[in-house]
Amino acid sequence: MPGKLKVKIVAGRHLPVMDRASDLTDAFVEVKFGNTTFKTDVYPKSLNPQWNSEWFKFEVDDEDLQDEPLQITVLDHDTYSANDAIGKVYIDIDPLLYSEAATVISGWFPIYDTIHGIRGEINVVVKVDLFNDLNRFRQSSCGVKFFCTTSIPKCYRAVIIHGFVEELVVNEDPEYQWIDRIRTPRASNEARQRLISLMSGELQRKIGLKVLEMRGNAVVGYLQCFDLEGESGLVVRAIGTACTLDKLSSPAAFLPACNSPSKEMKESPLVHPPSHGCRSTHNSPIHTATGSRLTQNFSVSVPTLIYTGMGSGSAGKEGGPFKALLRQQTQSALEQRGGSPHRFCRRREFPFFTLTAFPPGFLVHVGGVVSARSVKLLDRIHNPDEPETRDAWWAEIRQEIKSHAKALGCHAVVGYSESTSICEEVCILSASGTAAVLNPRFLQDGTVEGCLEQRLEENLPAGCGFCHIPYDELNMPFPAHLTYCYNCRKQKVPDVLFTTIDLPTDATVIGKGCLIQARLCRLKKKAQAEANATAISNLLPFMEYEVHTQLMNKLKLKGMNALFGLRIQITVGENMLMGLASATGVYLAALPTPGGIQIAGKTPNDGSYEQHISHMQKKINDTIAKNKELYEINPPEISEEIIGSPIPEPRQRSRLLRSQSESSDEVTELDLSHGKKDAFVLEIDDTDAMEDVHSLLTDVPPPSGFYSCNTEIMPGINNWTSEIQMFTSVRVIRLSSLNLTNQALNKNFNDLCENLLKSLYFKLRSMIPCCLCHVNFTVSLPEDELIQVTVTAVAITFDKNQALQTTKAHVEKSLQRASTDNEELLQFPLELCSDSLPSHPFPPAKEHLESASSNSGIPAAQRATSVDYSSFADRCSSWIELIKLKAQTIRRGSIKTTVTVEKTSPMGEGNFRNRSAAPCANSTVGVVKMTPLSFIPGAKITKYLGIINMFFIRETTSLREEGGVSGFLHAFIAEVFAMVRAHVAALGGNAVVSYIMKQCVFMENPNKNQAQCLINVSGDAVVFARESELEVVSTQQPAANCQPACTGGEVTT
Amino acid sequence: MTSELDIFVGNTTLIDEDVYRLWLDGYSVGDAVALRVRSGILEQTGATAAVLQSDTMDHYRTFHMLERLLHAPPKLLHQLIYQIPPSRQALLIERYYAFDEAFVREVLGKKLSKGTKKDLDDISTKTGITLKSCRRQFDNFKRVFKVVEEMRGSLVDNIQQHFLLSDRLARDYAAIVFFANNRFETGKKKLQYLSFGDFAFCAELMIQNWTLGAVDSQVDDMDMDLDKEFLQDLKELKVLVADKDLLDLHKSLVCTALRGKLGVFSEMEANFKNLSRGLVNVATKLTHNKDVRDLFVDLVEKFVEPCRSDHWPLSDVRLFLNQYSASVHSLDGFRNLPKAVRPHLAAPPPLPQRVSPCGHQRGCHKT
Repeated sequence: MPGKLKVKIVAGRHLPVMDRASDLTDAFVEVKFGNTTFKTDVYPKSLNPQWNSEWFKFEVDDEDLQDEPLQITVLDHDTYSANDAIGKVYIDIDPLLYSEAATVISGWFPIYDTIHGIRGEINVVVKVDLFNDLNRFRQSSCGVKFFCTTSIPKCYRAVIIHGFVEELVVNEDPEYQWIDRIRTPRASNEARQRLISLMSGELQRKIGLKVLEMRGNAVVGYLQCFDLEGESGLVVRAIGTACTLDKLSSPAAFLPACNSPSKEMKESPLVHPPSHGCRSTHNSPIHTATGSRLTQNFSVSVPTLIYTGMGSGSAGKEGGPFKALLRQQTQSALEQRGGSPHRFCRRREFPFFTLTAFPPGFLVHVGGVVSARSVKLLDRIHNPDEPETRDAWWAEIRQEIKSHAKALGCHAVVGYSESTSICEEVCILSASGTAAVLNPRFLQDGTVEGCLEQRLEENLPAGCGFCHIPYDELNMPFPAHLTYCYNCRKQKVPDVLFTTIDLPTDATVIGKGCLIQARLCRLKKKAQAEANATAISNLLPFMEYEVHTQLMNKLKLKGMNALFGLRIQITVGENMLMGLASATGVYLAALPTPGGIQIAGKTPNDGSYEQHISHMQKKINDTIAKNKELYEINPPEISEEIIGSPIPEPRQRSRLLRSQSESSDEVTELDLSHGKKDAFVLEIDDTDAMEDVHSLLTDVPPPSGFYSCNTEIMPGINNWTSEIQMFTSVRVIRLSSLNLTNQALNKNFNDLCENLLKSLYFKLRSMIPCCLCHVNFTVSLPEDELIQVTVTAVAITFDKNQALQTTKAHVEKSLQRASTDNEELLQFPLELCSDSLPSHPFPPAKEHLESASSNSGIPAAQRATSVDYSSFADRCSSWIELIKLKAQTIRRGSIKTTVTVEKTSPMGEGNFRNRSAAPCANSTVGVVKMTPLSFIPGAKITKYLGIINMFFIRETTSLREEGGVSGFLHAFIAEVFAMVRAHVAALGGNAVVSYIMKQCVFMENPNKNQAQCLINVSGDAVVFARESELEVVSTQQPAANCQPACTGGEVTT
Repeated sequence: MTSELDIFVGNTTLIDEDVYRLWLDGYSVGDAVALRVRSGILEQTGATAAVLQSDTMDHYRTFHMLERLLHAPPKLLHQLIYQIPPSRQALLIERYYAFDEAFVREVLGKKLSKGTKKDLDDISTKTGITLKSCRRQFDNFKRVFKVVEEMRGSLVDNIQQHFLLSDRLARDYAAIVFFANNRFETGKKKLQYLSFGDFAFCAELMIQNWTLGAVDSQVDDMDMDLDKEFLQDLKELKVLVADKDLLDLHKSLVCTALRGKLGVFSEMEANFKNLSRGLVNVATKLTHNKDVRDLFVDLVEKFVEPCRSDHWPLSDVRLFLNQYSASVHSLDGFRNLPKAVRPHLAAPPPLPQRVSPCGHQRGCHKT
């Protein structure tokens, strides 16, 4: 399917002065695609040249169309010497390659130079004519749609969800090639930008091929990352979830029904994840786990240390059992691979999904967080065409994840993601996800219709089913404290749930959620190669354990019992390791009330000490009470007898070891079964632990009117108004090298994060009441004593009054519903579905939620069931935490519904109107919204225009003149935003959703007055329309569609 | 632990009006933080001083980056780097170009040159406005001057078009440019009681009636340079005082018309000859550049002060001047003046709105 690419260079504006003598510029443009180059005429002596060129036509293969970026270079003509480059524009033409997206790229693009930043703008028009050609052996995958969004995009419906796709390509990094010594920094940066652009094009094409092989037509939750391995090369890797999507017919797209998944489900024998149906026995909520799982004696992800070239190695001192295990895993992996050498099959051995939100009914149970890490030593990638080593590394990790999921009685992993942290030649590969049981019906091939499964749906209690444990109660893979579900009282649930996914829209939550972070630093000796890798892998289990403990403590301190969106990042530096875990804590109605935290002293005889202890205890209890009030956590009264005293009976006390510095001898004596008790006991026997307790208490809640979470939406808030502000904040601190202890480090790191959050709250105070959503922290250690924290989030305002009403309604309804029977409940959502949707002021999900929450009454006695921890090692490195995911949902997701109910704020509305009414009045640049969320509050996404994936390098040799490091980076990030917005506007869009800054690598050398920064961002370009607008124009839908296009047009005039 | 780098970049650029004001007023980050602390913001928001410091730094950096664009406001509208809602853009521009009354009185009518810029230290000390802020204001004046000089069309329109200022601010700038171009002396002690507003009022009338633009709207600098021909023609007014008959006739016409209407009639009658001579002398000397510069000094000396010493109320001054210029038209020698000159004569000499230090406003005395 070759195609013809047509490019027209219209004009330039605000060009820099290139000729000092005349204060003007003689600009011309080179347009390059592949190996073909065209040039415009020189437009002499102007800073606003009007080239108005002919159409430059490139006749190219579609393979090239996918791989190559269009490269536009603006130059200043110089008669006597070489022409000076003003800057470049790279345009990814991928969005033009599938029919539903953009048809033309047209607009003003900032002209970017890696040394000078943005230097003026250029107006370009790009079109593509594709010739249809159904070559079976084609290498291109034109037409496969890519979405960064980790849920089914709003104006599509999923016909089939095929499953995991991954690919990686490697190359030498131009920065490290010999030629780099003789070329200019500009040339080197441009070579790098171009190479990465090429590689991501190639990667996307290859992934697309795999999708076509699976007979899908789209990739959802596409996550592409760069590993800058330095000397050893450049890796671009991507994962995603292959799907077959159907565009919802246009009128429907404008109705809230657009995403009523219940409907979808009925008409489509949905989705089949690739797990070979081996778990098809799970068609009842009670799982009969096989004994074999227990004999594995394990649910641990060990940081396996594997030296390159050596295969798998030992995992440190507690390596014994794990080694065996590892061998077992590797073996099984090999077997499978041997059995099905075909690539296609191999891929399908990973039943992973990068999605974090699902069509209702997709998830049945959730087992817990599974994660795996492995420390690798990098060596040069010898043959870029055979990226086998890296492939093998990831395959290993995925295998491990898969086996963890199995150990939890789950056959699939959702909310799956992968990441790396590289320092010199050491690389930590991490993968994590949430083990889950998917609805067996989804496991069938589309052709096989099972009537059995129908029954399952009905059996599942709505609203709490996802919390029920998927594994066997008697043979639990790890110790946990089980009780009967507080909602349906029929199934067992764990005491806490950790997950990496978003809160299911139909989950029954009490109160609001909040951002919970665990932060941790560990010093490490500087070492080389193997010694370094060993040191790191020895530290990892302790860090994981510590992070987990912190999360647990903080969760309890907040009076909550579940974590969603958990993301643990371990960063490796020269002399330290940093751990940062972020998640959103909530109180799930189906789970038991969390116990308190108990402090125990070591020297009980000392009176003043005792007093101190009791003082601390009081403070903790006060904090818990305060938090419950703050987050409106008022579980129904029945739980009173269950809550009991936050201080457990003495004999029940368990101790929790805090310090990692203990020798292994002590470890064996430890009783770590905190999981089986109501209360956590913190033993403050040394200053270390003391500080931990302090740090627990010093985490200040956000100022009133602010909420924060790292998930898409804030549990408990559903009346968003339309004002949004996406931002990126970066901080770098320098540690004083003198007294680096673990405590000092921890404190510094903690302060850094807390201060950063405080600054954000202060900066955004004018938006109160508002919520920071999708708060995404990234830590890196660019140098010995530097810690860099990057935060991207979006602040969304909400209507407080409306919120109050809702709560009131909530209470009333729950009272009304108190007597409602479970069976009745099950029927009622179904009825709702047939109702005309707009007539419901509140999403049915909410009503349901209320009724469900009123329904938890469980004898206290039953909660006592518990299982002991088997070993310290198990506990400390295991990342398997329990959860459940509510199963069947016959209702539609509440996000979308909520959105329709909302009224848009007068301001946003006004803006939009202004723009459409009097485009010329305020002249100029159309507003492009950016958000890390998959939706825009108060608006409907009407069209997806394609993926935005951009990589920029900026370098300066005049750091001081540009305002120092802060000035430099501030300007660069602003420029990156500008370039993203310009590309979206040129595609005819007015927003970027699921925006993410995947990389922000900053290096400085103040002595040389130099700095360099690399930024990689991605997102989905979309067209949205305000709901208020939609109501007006929904009958003449083309009008709504052309709205944003007009905006784009404005820009060009 | 020291913060090496600390930035916040929003998709929509955050503008804090209070910090913007502090920045415009030329305070250093440290001073600005201290002032913000004093405003009680820490108590209101529960923030710490460190947060405030970081926030202030951040805003200052943003403003610093925006400053380049503010020098050519249309660029601010068309640039793609900072996404700023239109209302905020307008606020940024308007505030950036706003100036202090105390400052503008110091430089009004002075040449906007390097020499004057060197004196800014003194002005800063004298007015208590920070040197930074003085520089900004001075540079604004100079920039506007440079852009609109030698441009066709209405001065106010040009300023508005190139700097996107509000109507009111554009008018003020027109006055500043007009005064700087003609170098009117405004700094003399005698003139200290006059506000910028008084001068701006005069400038507007002079632009309307005394410049090239008043006759022809298609010349460069039409609103900035006084119409030489007009100034030349003013010499003709000399007969009003030189010819004794004409002077008497003029006086009788004015007196007849104003009898009973003026509180200070007898003083006026006694002083008519002096006043008329003063006014006409000022007018006839305007062909010399030096005398043009001293226009306001002369007017105050020759006309305002005599009136003030006789305690003329403002309304009487206005009545007198209106009648004084109206009666001229009925005088013999003036009836046959070329038509082109007439409109100019219709305009009386500009007089500061205030004649007395107590600040009675004199309304429009144009007929």
